[in-house]
Amino acid sequence: MLATKLVMEQGVHVEGINFFTGFCVEGHTHAIRQRDQKKQKRNNALWTAEQLGIKLHIIDVIEEYKDVLLNPKHGYGANLNPCQDCKTFMIHKALEWIDKNGFDFIVTGEVVGQRPMSQRKDLMPVIARESGAGERLLRPLCAKNLPATLPEREGWVRREALLGFSGRNRKPQMALAAEYGFTDYATPAGGCCFLTDKNYSKKVVDMWEHRPSRDYELDDIMLLKVGRHIRPRPNFKMIIGREEGENKFMEGYRKQFISLHQTSHSGPLVLLDGKDISSDDVEMAARIASRFGQGRHADSVTVHAVWPEGETRDFIVTPMQPQEIEQAWYV
Amino acid sequence: MSRHQLDARRLLCPMPVIRTQDKVAALRPGDQLAITCTDPGALQDIPAWCRINGHKHINSEKEGDEIIITIEVGEA
Repeated sequence: MLATKLVMEQGVHVEGINFFTGFCVEGHTHAIRQRDQKKQKRNNALWTAEQLGIKLHIIDVIEEYKDVLLNPKHGYGANLNPCQDCKTFMIHKALEWIDKNGFDFIVTGEVVGQRPMSQRKDLMPVIARESGAGERLLRPLCAKNLPATLPEREGWVRREALLGFSGRNRKPQMALAAEYGFTDYATPAGGCCFLTDKNYSKKVVDMWEHRPSRDYELDDIMLLKVGRHIRPRPNFKMIIGREEGENKFMEGYRKQFISLHQTSHSGPLVLLDGKDISSDDVEMAARIASRFGQGRHADSVTVHAVWPEGETRDFIVTPMQPQEIEQAWYV
Repeated sequence: MSRHQLDARRLLCPMPVIRTQDKVAALRPGDQLAITCTDPGALQDIPAWCRINGHKHINSEKEGDEIIITIEVGEA
């Protein structure tokens, strides 16, 4: 927001690009969970573009992003976050976009030293080089700490009007935001990517460990965002809705997975994700599922199981006791 | 002017916007597009996308769990 404003003030025409990898936090969880339904549903990229008065192009990179996540040249951060490769990928995609649409250079809001992985001073030139953007990548907020780029040398922007921010302290950015009259802005401390989340990353790793290959589809990564995940046996995992919104969202997947719901008591919708799931597996899942319903203290609970092909069967089970559900089963 | 439909049901934000954007790219100014969504976030996002990209949001209607958002394609 600040970098764009800074460049726009020099008379440069700017349009925004927002990449959707499938791992973006905003939107999805709020859209799914009932308890978040009352929260204002604002897409920050659209909102920011509107505040700035610029066009915004949202680009689906879900398929191409797989290679970034599965084969990061520079490895992962604390969790499954491939920050350096991700940044390089996005700058490269932005470069492709500007070449196709007749733009001259790319502007980012990066600040030297602001982020431990992708915004280290030594990495800034590496990202510029590996993305292919080279000197067509301008970082207006910290430009004075970096060698002059093409737009500065060509006089498209005045270097002296750019800034020299550095480090993790965001007070200078906040002061500049106040100067511009920006009283509301997206959270500046990141946290916008599920791959930086420890619990989410654990679920991704579990998924890969129990599949023939390290791969994923959009539905896989969406389902990792909802429900409790319990793996009582290596060949299958249970996804247990935690509230009405999640149950409703999971309803859409009943044609892809064996689903369980309790008919004698109210309880969550449960999906079984796995391979060669036997009747014994489903019965075990029904006992666990009934632990999470209103019949958890009942002698027996009826659980209706539906297979994707349409076959159905009722299991009358005794709810599993808390001590029987091993902590290690929780993904 | 012609009328077009887009099914964005079960897609979560920002996918309905992306599908709308891609569909609009193939339409002509003055064409109308009715987008059927289930994510309530689309009620904010598609009109916002229209405002910033020069398209017109005609109206949004709720039909049960579905939302139908009609827009008119603006000049490029």
